[in-house]
Order: sequence, then C-alpha cells, then structure tokens
Amino acid sequence: MAVPKDYRYTDSHEWVRIEEDNLVTVGITDYAQEKLGDIVSVELPRLGDEVERGERIGMIDSQKASSEVFAPVSGVIAEVNELLNDDPAVINSDPHEEGWIVRIEVEEIEQIDDLMSADDYEELIGRLDEEDAD
Amino acid sequence: MSVTSGVLHEEPSIFERGAPGRRGVAVPDAGAAAPAIPERLLRRSAPLLPEVSELETVRHFTRLSRMNYGVDVGLYPLGSCTMKYNPRACEDAAAMAGFADLHPYAPASASQGALEVMWELERALVEISGMSAVTLLPAAGAHGELAGLKVIRKALSARGDARKKVLIPDTAHGTNPASVALNGWQAVEVKSNADGILDPSAVAAAMADDVAGIMITNPNTLGLFEGRIFEVSQVVHAKGGLVYGDGANLNAILGKYRPACLGIDVIQFNLHKTFSTPHGGGGPGSGPVGVAHDLVRFLPVPRVVRGPDGMLSLSDAFPDSIGRVRSFAGQFLVMVRALAYIRGLGPEGLARVAERAVLNANYVRARLAGRLHLPYPGPCMHEAVFSDKVQGKAGVTTMDMAKRLMDKGFHPPTVYFPLIVHGAIMIEPTETEDKQSIDEFVAAMEAIVEEAATAPDGLHAAPSLTPVSRPDEVEAARRPVLAWKPGS
Repeated sequence: MAVPKDYRYTDSHEWVRIEEDNLVTVGITDYAQEKLGDIVSVELPRLGDEVERGERIGMIDSQKASSEVFAPVSGVIAEVNELLNDDPAVINSDPHEEGWIVRIEVEEIEQIDDLMSADDYEELIGRLDEEDAD
Repeated sequence: MSVTSGVLHEEPSIFERGAPGRRGVAVPDAGAAAPAIPERLLRRSAPLLPEVSELETVRHFTRLSRMNYGVDVGLYPLGSCTMKYNPRACEDAAAMAGFADLHPYAPASASQGALEVMWELERALVEISGMSAVTLLPAAGAHGELAGLKVIRKALSARGDARKKVLIPDTAHGTNPASVALNGWQAVEVKSNADGILDPSAVAAAMADDVAGIMITNPNTLGLFEGRIFEVSQVVHAKGGLVYGDGANLNAILGKYRPACLGIDVIQFNLHKTFSTPHGGGGPGSGPVGVAHDLVRFLPVPRVVRGPDGMLSLSDAFPDSIGRVRSFAGQFLVMVRALAYIRGLGPEGLARVAERAVLNANYVRARLAGRLHLPYPGPCMHEAVFSDKVQGKAGVTTMDMAKRLMDKGFHPPTVYFPLIVHGAIMIEPTETEDKQSIDEFVAAMEAIVEEAATAPDGLHAAPSLTPVSRPDEVEAARRPVLAWKPGS
C-alpha cells in the first residue's frame, strides 16, 4: 500500500500535494482506489468553482459503489484532470500521480497544517483494515 | 434429482443469422392495388431487418428460451426479491377476457368487475397491514416509496412544517435513499448496532426537528427482525416525524403482525414479491401504498369509490391528494394476480406462507452455518446472510462461489448486499421450495465450499458450463453498446 511521505491526507482518503505557493493537487489514495475496485467514471467539478473544505467536489463510480470526493481545503478549482473523462482507470493504476483529480487555488495555505501526515494516514488505514478483518 | 450438464448453444443475434434474400414471409406484389402513400413518408432505403426463414426464427427464439433461468426452472434464491412460485391459477385469473381485454378507456359502467378487483385488493391489503387506506396506483416498489414520501411531504407542509431530511439505516436497500433524493430531500445514515438492528438511542441522536422521518425495513436486509422498531417509531413521532415502512420483506411477517401496530405510518407493498406476481425479467411490478388514518386524504388519485347506488368508479375528487403518480389505474393485471393469490390462500394460508418462508431460511442457515461465515448468528427471518470471510483466507470470493453455483445449475443468491457485510451472500429460498429442493441447493453450496478449501484456483475461472463465462462488466459499464450495428 503506497503512502507517499511528502503528501498530506484526509480521513476521507483524499491526498494533497503542494505545488507552488497557493496551488495544491488533490487525488484519492491507493487505499481508496483498491477499496473502490475498477473505476468506471469520474464526475469532475467545473473550473472556477469556489469550494469549501469538506464540500463535495466530485464523484467516482466503480462497479461496487459511487463514492464522493471532498475538498480537503477551501479555494477555487483551478484545473481538472481531463484525462479521467476518457480513461478513469488511471486512478486505479496510478492514483498518486497520473490519476490526480483537481488542482485547487488556496487562499490560506495554512489550511494544509490541519491535514493528516503520511504517518497518521498509514495508521488510520491500518486500523480500518483490522476492523474489516473482524 | 436433477442434474445440469452443459448444453452450450452459442446463439448469435438474429441479425447474424440467415442469408441475403432469405425471407420468412412471402409478401405478394401489390401491383395496381398499392395504396397511395405520400412521397414524404416513403423510405429511401430498406429498413435493417434480419433475413431469416420462419424455421430459423423459431429455432433462434427457442434456443434463447432454453438459456432462460426462472423460478419455473429451478430454485431462485435471490435474497430480498422473494422469488416464489407464481401459481397458474393467478395466471388464469389475469387471462380472463373481462380483465385481459378490458380497454383502459372503458367507462366505469363497463368496468365494474375490474373496479371490484381493485376495491377487494385494497381492502385485503388494509386487513393485512392494519393501515387505514391503500392506493394501488404505484407501478413498482420504488415508485411506491416515492409516492409514500410525497404523501409524507404533503402531510408535513399541510401543518406548516418544511422538513428536508430522512433517516436511513445503513442496511437500507438503495432505493430508499434514492427515493429520498428524488423527492428533493437529504438522506441521513443511521448505523445499525452490533446485533444488526437499529438502536433507539442511535435514532434519537439523529432525530431532530428538521427530520421528516425514518425509512425502516422490517425484517431488515440482514434478515433480522428489527426488535426495537416500536421504540424507534416513538422516538421519531415524538419529534413530529413520520415512519415509512419499506414492505419489501413482508413475506416474513404475513398474517403474523400488522406493520401499523409498530408505529408505521406509510408502507409500500411489493405485489411482485410477497404476493407472487411474476418478476425476474423486469416485472411488471406493482407497489401499492398503505397509509395511516391522518394521511389518507393525501393519497394519490384516482381513488376507487363506491357511490350510493353501489357502483364503483375512479374519482379525482380529493383536493388534498398529492395528485397523479401513474397513467390510468396502475398495473391492473398484476393486481388481478395478487388478489387471486390472496383469495386462494386466505388468512390461514398467508400466515403459513410466513411460517414456511422463515422455516426454510433458517434451515438453510443451520445447514450452511458450519461452512460459510455467519456475521449475525442467531435465528433469521425469511432470508439468511452469510459472508465470504472464511473462504477469503484462501483467496476465494463471494463472486467466485456465486459463479460456480451457475455451473451447478442454480441462479446465484443476492451478493454484495447489504453493504455492511463483507462479500454478503443473501439467501431467500421462499416458502414454495420443498426440502428436497433446498437440500439440492445446500449440497451444491457444500461442494463449492469444499472446492474453495481444496482446489481454490479453479473457482476463479468459474463458470465453465454457461454460454458466457465472466463478462467484462467494467468495460460494459465504461463503454456500453446498446444496439447491434452491422459490422460489429
């Protein structure tokens, strides 16, 4: 289970990577894509949409379920990964790089500090896996 | 003992049969008698029709029919669907000319028999459920859910209360939150407790003045009786909410208790489940809705009314109604079958239905408990839910086992639902299966469990005796092909 050390995480399994000042890239984690199974389609937000942290910004449909994607930070949608319209499976094969979902322009970059570290996230998914096995 | 051995017909589509110029019908040349069709309506090119003989056509559809699996072929253990046998007496009733040939626009004076059927069925469902009145109009279960939610919405707005949320247990069928969303409301999930049922305290924590009510299924989709449902209803009512009962699992409690007694205000019936009207190929279904006394005036129209002269008619004269939910009078011939079923069994017969349904499911549970993991041990109602936890250790999934069941000649049970059980296997034999039939199914499951323990790799390739093995469902979802085209 890949958990890139330099990313930050949410407890709804989104990852955040800081690009340059005020721009972050967001995707879903390897743990999330594995749980979802083969992804069939992705619903992306519109460019320029203002989003609040915790707000739903997209939807990922797999064979098993539809799963919401939540904004890990507040800001404006600056870019969406158009590749996902033609090849949603890239989220399964490369969730942390090619499978990125949106880029958000953030006003207060300090919001990142509220997000989980890689270690904390690894602990979370370890705990979830244990619960599943019960 | 019946055995299935593969008879594989690779039957292409009818367009891929035949040969150019082949005809099944000899169409004479009209010659001088050809009707004068306006130029603008004449085709420029021939329509895309298959070129097959009558014999090829007959063989094609006969072969397709032989690939068909239904209750008439074998046990159909789809949990939550109640795939019981459809008695032929009910088909006879629906085929009676006075019903089958009745024109939908026939006036009431010429439809008294049909209207009596509706009147009687409404009364029977009232008696069975304890509700005050019933509408037969919704055309399917989920349609009934939506109609029921609209009744609740109108009742709340009539008292000036604009609530927008509905509590939904985590075991709920997906149609419940979908109906809530379609109604423009928001679904709020309530988790079941460790015993698989709703806890009044969990409901109380979620219940608030902006919650319109709760949708609850009893027994729930784990096949468990919601033992605290009365307290849950009280919690919801105390804050001005209403209780919607999803009647999909009514088969377990027919003639044993009335949903109204447990605080349910609105309930939909699935005639195609509990009342044995045919389904499995898409229906048609029928989802009548029963309501408590205070909600009767909001029922959809038209409603069956009896005039002072004793004549029945369909009336729209209900100003507080939510309005129409369906064209004409709903799925009428399905109603005929359901009434014939209810009359054929009578009150004692219906109670026996529930007893046998619960007995059969518990027999399956007891026979398979040592082989498959039971997430909720203890007696079940009309369906038993297992998980793939044990077989998962050898890398065998519920999907693998379900696919192998097809090689054994059975339709698989419901799988991967409810979501709160890992690799759920939901088995509902129904009351119309005898012990031999269930024993055959159990023997097939035992063989599969054995295979999972001794030779698991073979299961990943199952099924091998069916015309199609594992279709690429992901590709089908990503790039569906909905119509055959030449050259494909």
